[in-house]
Amino acid sequence: MLEQTEILPTQLQSLPDVMKVSHLYKSFGTKVVLADFNLTLGKGENLVVLGKSGSGKSVLIKCIIGLLEPEKGTIEMFGKNIPDLDHDELDKIRARVGFLFQSNALYDSMTVRQNLEFPLRRHWMQVTQAEVDKLVMEALSDVGLAHTVDMMPAELSGGMRKRIALARTLILKPEIILYDEPTTGLDPVTGKEIIQLIVEIQKKYKSSSLIISHDMTCVRLAADRVVVLIDGRCYAEGTYATLKKSDDPKVKQFFE
Amino acid sequence: MKCMNTRLPVKTAAFFKETGGISNFTARFFKETWKPRYEVAEFVHQCYIIGYKSLPLIGLTGFIMGLVLTMQLRPSLVEYGVASQLPAMVGIAIVREIGPVITALIFAGKIGSSIGAELGSMKVTEQIDAMEVSGTNPFKYLVVTRVLASTLMLPVLVMLSDAISLYGSYLGVNIRGVTSFRLFYMQVFDSLAFTDVLPAFIKSFFFGFAVGIIGCYKGYFSNKGTEGVGQSANSAVVVSSIMIFIIDLIAVQITDVFNLN
Repeated sequence: MLEQTEILPTQLQSLPDVMKVSHLYKSFGTKVVLADFNLTLGKGENLVVLGKSGSGKSVLIKCIIGLLEPEKGTIEMFGKNIPDLDHDELDKIRARVGFLFQSNALYDSMTVRQNLEFPLRRHWMQVTQAEVDKLVMEALSDVGLAHTVDMMPAELSGGMRKRIALARTLILKPEIILYDEPTTGLDPVTGKEIIQLIVEIQKKYKSSSLIISHDMTCVRLAADRVVVLIDGRCYAEGTYATLKKSDDPKVKQFFE
Repeated sequence: MKCMNTRLPVKTAAFFKETGGISNFTARFFKETWKPRYEVAEFVHQCYIIGYKSLPLIGLTGFIMGLVLTMQLRPSLVEYGVASQLPAMVGIAIVREIGPVITALIFAGKIGSSIGAELGSMKVTEQIDAMEVSGTNPFKYLVVTRVLASTLMLPVLVMLSDAISLYGSYLGVNIRGVTSFRLFYMQVFDSLAFTDVLPAFIKSFFFGFAVGIIGCYKGYFSNKGTEGVGQSANSAVVVSSIMIFIIDLIAVQITDVFNLN
């Protein structure tokens, strides 16, 4: 039986921040996607950003990892403001932050082993082949797919691909993991297994997680705290239980 | 219909936008090529895929091209009583013009479309973003390696294709008559000068560059999901084929200016 993570709501405020997003603005042409968005992520916390499709959740997470540049605002991680960093400094930060893509983004032309080796070889250039093999097998074992090491991504099911993508995210032992819609495209059972895995991984690696989702099962099972993203800003914030009791119709629509 | 921003017809504005986009992309290629880190392993891998794996197709088409050209030319030359000039004529035609252009067009069809589709698919499935997050400059890893490989591999393929075409031509000559291998090649090489080979060799570098850069540009900026991937592959072939003819036209003018014709 899946349980919520061990952090109690009363403990949330005492967690030191590992990420702080302040007054973030991002627009595409005349369409404003993020407008004065604020967010903090505590150490060891699982934070879910909940919002409708097209509300700017993926834009937010891509701004955080430096794939998109915001017009205004700051994103502080490990004492640095992400929009101010040059490419080399950004790479150093990215080595400490995992990113699970919505589409998994596994390299089709590479085997599972090569997919996992890729970020290792790029970020840790001095690592030996023996260490690489050990880390690859360790990450694959963590997601229960050690036997797929020499398979191609095309040979795997949707759930297996998601797990391999998660293993690739974990291989650098990140301190913060960003999940972009981790259950999209999966059946409810597989989706639940992936959420369970995310919770287990958070406990094992003691990492902090920012999960972007509109899947209420994911929110219920994985979130220590929920931020509701509406009209480009943080509209409501709280635990799953407190938000579920909200009388605000905009918040209530997610829980009906 | 007019473009709202520029008051130009939409298709004209799109043409200028595309031309500007390709120019910027090319400028970025030259800027990024010299900067470390150098993706040597990926470059060698792309040379293998773009060069070695294209060899059977290029070889087959080259062989047929030489054979058919010889068989088509023979009746006309016989009519004018100059059938003995057949090896020389075919040799010049293949080495100067037909070999480089036909090989480049086949190369555009095979490699231009494959680069366009591969990068387009990587773009829509977020693999390019994943590469960036993994501490890799995707432009250097994907674009620079492929453009360099296609620029360097096409001249090699053109030379091989020319050689195979001439062998096809030798067989074509021998279908209706008897000419020794030695005599055939002596006639071919006696008629060829350095000024026939060099411009053809140089222009094939430009053909390869055009195919690589346009294939990469179309794929790298692919959008609209899977439909966009198909469009990228298709327009990569169309635009690079047109570019091959434009470069060929410019090359002929330049060789004419330097009296190399």
